Amino acid sequence: MKGRAIVLGSAIAAAFAFSIWLNKPDLDLEPLAPATLESPNLEQIKAGEYLVQIGNCVACHTDQGGAAFAGGRAVPTPFGEVYSSNLTSDDETGLGRWTNQDFYRAMRHGRSKDDRWLSPAFPYTSYTNLKREDSDAMFAWLQTLPPIKRVQTPDTLRFPYGTQLATRAWRALYFKPATTADIAAMDRGRYLVEGLGHCAACHTSRGALGGSRTGANYMGGEIGNLGWDALPLVPSKPMTDSEANELGQLLKTGINTHKAVAGPMSEVVFHSLQHLNDADLAAIVATLRALPPADAPPAARVPQVSPEQRQSLRARGKVVYAEHCADCHGDAGEGRANIYPALAGNANVNAVSATNALNLTLNGGFPPSTAGNPFPYGMPPFSQSLSRPDVAAVLTYIRSEWGNDAPAVSVVEVERR
Amino acid sequence: MNPMRRRNRLTRWLAVPALLLTLLALPAGAAEPAELMGKRLAACAACHGDEGRTVGEDYYPSIAGKPAGYLYNQLLSFREGRRQHTIMAGLLANLSDAYLGEIALYYAARPHASQPQMTGATPEQLALGERLTVLGDLERKIPPCQACHGEQLTGVVPMIPGLRGLPARYLDAQVGAWKNGVRHAREPDCMGKIARALKPEEITAVSAWLASQPYAVDAKPLDSLPNTMPMDCGVLP
Ligand code: HEC
Ligand code: HEC
Ligand code: HEC
Ligand code: HEC
Ligand code: HEC
Repeated sequence: MKGRAIVLGSAIAAAFAFSIWLNKPDLDLEPLAPATLESPNLEQIKAGEYLVQIGNCVACHTDQGGAAFAGGRAVPTPFGEVYSSNLTSDDETGLGRWTNQDFYRAMRHGRSKDDRWLSPAFPYTSYTNLKREDSDAMFAWLQTLPPIKRVQTPDTLRFPYGTQLATRAWRALYFKPATTADIAAMDRGRYLVEGLGHCAACHTSRGALGGSRTGANYMGGEIGNLGWDALPLVPSKPMTDSEANELGQLLKTGINTHKAVAGPMSEVVFHSLQHLNDADLAAIVATLRALPPADAPPAARVPQVSPEQRQSLRARGKVVYAEHCADCHGDAGEGRANIYPALAGNANVNAVSATNALNLTLNGGFPPSTAGNPFPYGMPPFSQSLSRPDVAAVLTYIRSEWGNDAPAVSVVEVERR
Repeated sequence: MNPMRRRNRLTRWLAVPALLLTLLALPAGAAEPAELMGKRLAACAACHGDEGRTVGEDYYPSIAGKPAGYLYNQLLSFREGRRQHTIMAGLLANLSDAYLGEIALYYAARPHASQPQMTGATPEQLALGERLTVLGDLERKIPPCQACHGEQLTGVVPMIPGLRGLPARYLDAQVGAWKNGVRHAREPDCMGKIARALKPEEITAVSAWLASQPYAVDAKPLDSLPNTMPMDCGVLP
């Protein structure tokens, strides 16, 4: 009798503790200032348009071939796909009936107008740092979009990841809403990098449950289910002024004397960063330059390659490189300034995981068209013209030449793709 | 005409082809130099051959010498998912409309390829293919291909592609893709209607006949069709 009471008691206590824990991030939520109803002025709307660009909302909230901002794009997560919402001014399926307070709550707290807890595939983990006046300006601009009716596509998350309980547990583990004081303490650069720019959404690796426990560290890592790795943004050594200028050029135009952006980063520059004004660009560069050193994410497991295999891959790779790559990337991997990236000293080539270099070699790529580089040069795909062993060979070669120093790439690793 | 539809037509007309018409109206010298474009587009040459001329009987279509408007529409379609090809969609994903316009102009101005192919088709198949191309099957509302693609099947600027100098397997797959709803052009999609009316064996026959026809390398798309087209096609204004 007494034993059962104890069991029951501890079960109730555990359930109580669990529900407190589940509510924890939401108990800390600050109340948000109420909705304001006066109509926005033109200046506010223009400012909002710019901020929406810097937040890169269009990339996720536009389906391939669909109307801009009408949502419906599948955002991949390790647990399935979540579909972005309709941000146009449609009353039934968009934000037509929302107030600026509803919108601010979604951005700051990840909660929809109907109180639904939103999936962190929407990077409110970064947008939580948004200032109210900026949020209001963005909302004002979004409300000028013509209404487009598009009913929300249900997510395809595996059970139980799509449930509200799972979302709340995720929030309890990984979501720390910003306070007004946090936001006020940020300078412009941090505000853009940690807030609207949501660089951490890709550049901080997320753990097995799709969250980063330690907060943003900007050390890069695998991006959940995108098939690309984000590079570390933390400088490996102090940056000179000219390196800082180069970084600014890369973010604004997609290319500089030795590097071109690729894959998901090409999309970020195309839709978002190329629109940065000079002051904001300089502020972002200054923030990246000053990022504190952090622990690298646990190194990806790379398949072992024996020293003999490595030697023969390198020998074959040298031949493949001379025939297929040197025309563009140069005999010494030096590239051509603002045209072809250098492979010597390149961060993708030297990354522990060869994922990005492998993606480019198999599928090719173009840096984005930007005002500073409107007609970029492209890289051909080699998935048809090179055998899998030759791809492994050429990657092993470029990863160990010209001062590069990264593990060999095994044929098995290429064949898995 | 219902006013809504007229407005749709008007916006459609204004949105995509407007850019194109400005591009086409450019004096020849204002386009990007061909030599630079050739280098920038090495990625495309990997499949479409030097200057967009595929050699051999591969699946890859030649794109050299096709009407610029047609090419531009195809590039938009691949980027936006109306036509499917993963690698091409990836390459085009972050290129601007202006660049796609330059790419279309560049390939449209290249001399096209021409090698009639031996397709292994039977004489009956070739006869059926020729009949459909020249006469169509009016009872089943299938207009002759010539009525839109031009008497010599060289296409019509700026929106209708030529049908010669393409691999049989490619032609077969394209008309098949329309029939199966994988390829779409802007509505009303005349090619979709025609493809759905054709039987699979007719598609194979017409593809074989088209691929077996010789094609003068200097043949140019027509400036206009002598008669009005037998159906409405949304890609045309
Ligand atoms: C990485 C992709 C991504 C980016 C970038 C992104 N969103 Fe979203 N957003 C989503 C997804 C996915 C959802 C749906 C979440 C859900 O249904 O749980 C969403 C939901 C929303 C919602 C909630 C809508 C509703 O009906 O509840 C709002 C508001 C929103 N986003 C605004 C924005 C704004 C403004 C930006 C740019 C500053 C932006 N988003 C950028 C992926 C993104
Ligand atoms: C959608 C995911 C994503 C987002 C968001 C994103 N990046 Fe990236 N970034 C990547 C990937 C993937 C790479 C590696 C590919 C490449 O080399 O471009 C990369 C590469 C970079 C590089 C090149 C690093 C080097 O060592 O050469 C810089 C710099 C960079 N990102 C800055 C930023 C900044 C600043 C932001 C925020 C404003 C940002 N990124 C947001 C995915 C992202
Ligand atoms: C026709 C010129 C050309 C050839 C040939 C070529 N590349 Fe590239 N390569 C490029 C361009 C342009 C980029 C930038 C692509 C992007 O930004 O998406 C690039 C990017 C890369 C990158 C990523 C560099 C970075 O900045 O992050 C790697 C790795 C690479 N190429 C390897 C190779 C290998 C290996 C070969 C031969 C098998 C090869 N390339 C052949 C033009 C070329
Ligand atoms: C990996 C091979 C590959 C690469 C690289 C490639 N294409 Fe294609 N392209 C194809 C195939 C295959 C088709 C036919 C697709 C289909 O079935 O609809 C095609 C079709 C086309 C078409 C439509 C042709 C027609 O007659 O309708 C155009 C235009 C085109 N490609 C342009 C380009 C351009 C420009 C590039 C470079 C940016 C490029 N392609 C790169 C394989 C490729
Ligand atoms: C009513 C006019 C019309 C008729 C009749 C017509 N076509 Fe077309 N066809 C078009 C238009 C318009 C396009 C361009 C569609 C686009 O932009 O995607 C096209 C495109 C094509 C293409 C794609 C070419 C490429 O390079 O990918 C093929 C193949 C084709 N037609 C085959 C045929 C055949 C075979 C017939 C006869 C059975 C035929 N067409 C009859 C209007 C017509």
